[in-house]
Amino acid sequence: MIITKAEAGHVYDIDRVRADFPILARPVRGRPLVYLDNSASAQKPQVVIDAESFVYETEYANINRGLYYLSERATERYEASRRTVQHFINAKHSREVIFTRNTTESINLVAASYGRRFLQPGDEIIISGLEHHSNIVPWQLLRDERGIVIKVVPVADNGEVSAEAVAALLGPRTKLVSVAHVSNVLGTILPVADIIRQAHAVGAKVLIDGAQAVMHLPVDVQELDADFYAFSSHKIYGPTGVGVLYGKEELLNAMPPYQGGGDMIHTVTFEKSTWAELPAKFEAGTPAIAQVAALATAIDYVSKLGLAAIAAHEADLLAYATQSLQEIPGLRIFGTVPHKAAVVSFALESAHPHDIAQVLDNSGVAIRAGHHCAQPLMERFDVPALARASFGLYNTRAEVDALVAAVRKVEELFGQ
Amino acid sequence: MNDDLRDLYQEVILDHGRHPRNRRIIEDANHHAHGENPLCGDKLMVFLKVNAAGVIDDVSFEGKGCAISTASASLMTEVVVGKTQKQAEDLFAAFHALTTGGEPPVLPEDLEDDFDRLCVLAGVRDYPVRVKCATLAWHTLEAAMHDAQKVTTE
Ligand SMILES: Cc1ncc(COP(=O)(O)O)c(C=O)c1O
Repeated sequence: MIITKAEAGHVYDIDRVRADFPILARPVRGRPLVYLDNSASAQKPQVVIDAESFVYETEYANINRGLYYLSERATERYEASRRTVQHFINAKHSREVIFTRNTTESINLVAASYGRRFLQPGDEIIISGLEHHSNIVPWQLLRDERGIVIKVVPVADNGEVSAEAVAALLGPRTKLVSVAHVSNVLGTILPVADIIRQAHAVGAKVLIDGAQAVMHLPVDVQELDADFYAFSSHKIYGPTGVGVLYGKEELLNAMPPYQGGGDMIHTVTFEKSTWAELPAKFEAGTPAIAQVAALATAIDYVSKLGLAAIAAHEADLLAYATQSLQEIPGLRIFGTVPHKAAVVSFALESAHPHDIAQVLDNSGVAIRAGHHCAQPLMERFDVPALARASFGLYNTRAEVDALVAAVRKVEELFGQ
Repeated sequence: MNDDLRDLYQEVILDHGRHPRNRRIIEDANHHAHGENPLCGDKLMVFLKVNAAGVIDDVSFEGKGCAISTASASLMTEVVVGKTQKQAEDLFAAFHALTTGGEPPVLPEDLEDDFDRLCVLAGVRDYPVRVKCATLAWHTLEAAMHDAQKVTTE
């Protein structure tokens, strides 16, 4: 078993961190909440909650419009948030950061705008077998409209998607590779740097779905040389309603707008409109102003703790949870690559994932059970559903113990 | 284990969940349907043999689901066998009300004992997402009786 520094004394003070998240103090079904569904959405620290209120209480107005103090302040804050995201993922320019509603919309934006403009019938898009539905369905819509071809990289038994497996599908007709950085079910971290290098060698562009990555590991879009990178605020301890699409400037410039409306135009006449410059071109309509501001606070919060410290803390939890769960007879873990994010999906011989989640809920332990928006992956492993515990920066070994004790209770109830 | 959980997972449910009755294919079924609960990935088939008088001579199900859906399917096959389709529908209506907390219809006296057997599943009322698990088999039965090919509980 891996013993990290985190075991001797946490790299950050976990009690203080937990105190930052008010919801963690509330009881659920009469017991302390053990929140282990962080991959679905993360809880919010008080500073993020306050940041959103602060905008409404002191500096709220629509942005990019009014020539008055409040609107200027709101616009400034909104743009400051864009710069925070820029630095967080090390984009070259802040105008390469587009605010969307979520990862799903970021991917749909690329499919609708880049895809419609640049993909021809017979062109190939490569995705992997572990993708979330949001990185499958937009390409199917495009396929049905455009006659493009979708190729799927197989997932190995341990959950790995290797760069070699991707390379095997690359060819002269490959125009786009769109893969997850981290699997929301298996925790697998994909070798995205290698994938991007190989794809670029055949002239294909690459979109990385970073929804499950940015809260677990440092991301540098320039070092990766990613063409597009998508993630959601709500999974990185920020508010709902905000997503990010990073795109290289020259690509975004070449792409047509995704939606038409206010804020994205330069001039409008009934004959013709001209588009605004980046990033406004892709931000039609009034955005989630207060939430975008609070996303910056969430990023600051995570950055202050340090992604390396968070990763070390979560690696300790993962190792501990994996070892403890494995000791339970009849329990099988899906996703066993050595280097993975703190996500443990499992099944029990004696009980359906739905029953597992129910019994765990009764002990105040919140996990997800279901297909995790990855039905093709469930089929790949021939399971109807899986139970999934996913860890965040505020989880503890004591919570792992609560999880394991609750799973043992499931065994007691359903096993013979 | 506390009482809430015991209310939901009564011994009868655990027993039917572990040892489902009538989980088999009826080769000469004259009705069947697929049911699916996309939320939990459960898939289920119900087979029926209905005779000329409209009486269910045989009923079975296939598929793997959670304890609630398996137990519900198993119990269902036990109570609807030998009933007319009309009686099966009456039981479903009563069961539906039981699990969703609705106003129960008045059942004919000869169905009361059967209905009592289904009451072990009343605990799902407190768990809205589990109601679909409990009713999946019944929805599928109804679809089979009406020869609809496929139902989903979403
Ligand atoms: C890998 C992955 N991609 C995309 C998404 C979609 O994120 P959102 O629902 O925020 O659009 C998720 C969310 O679970 C995810 O895990």
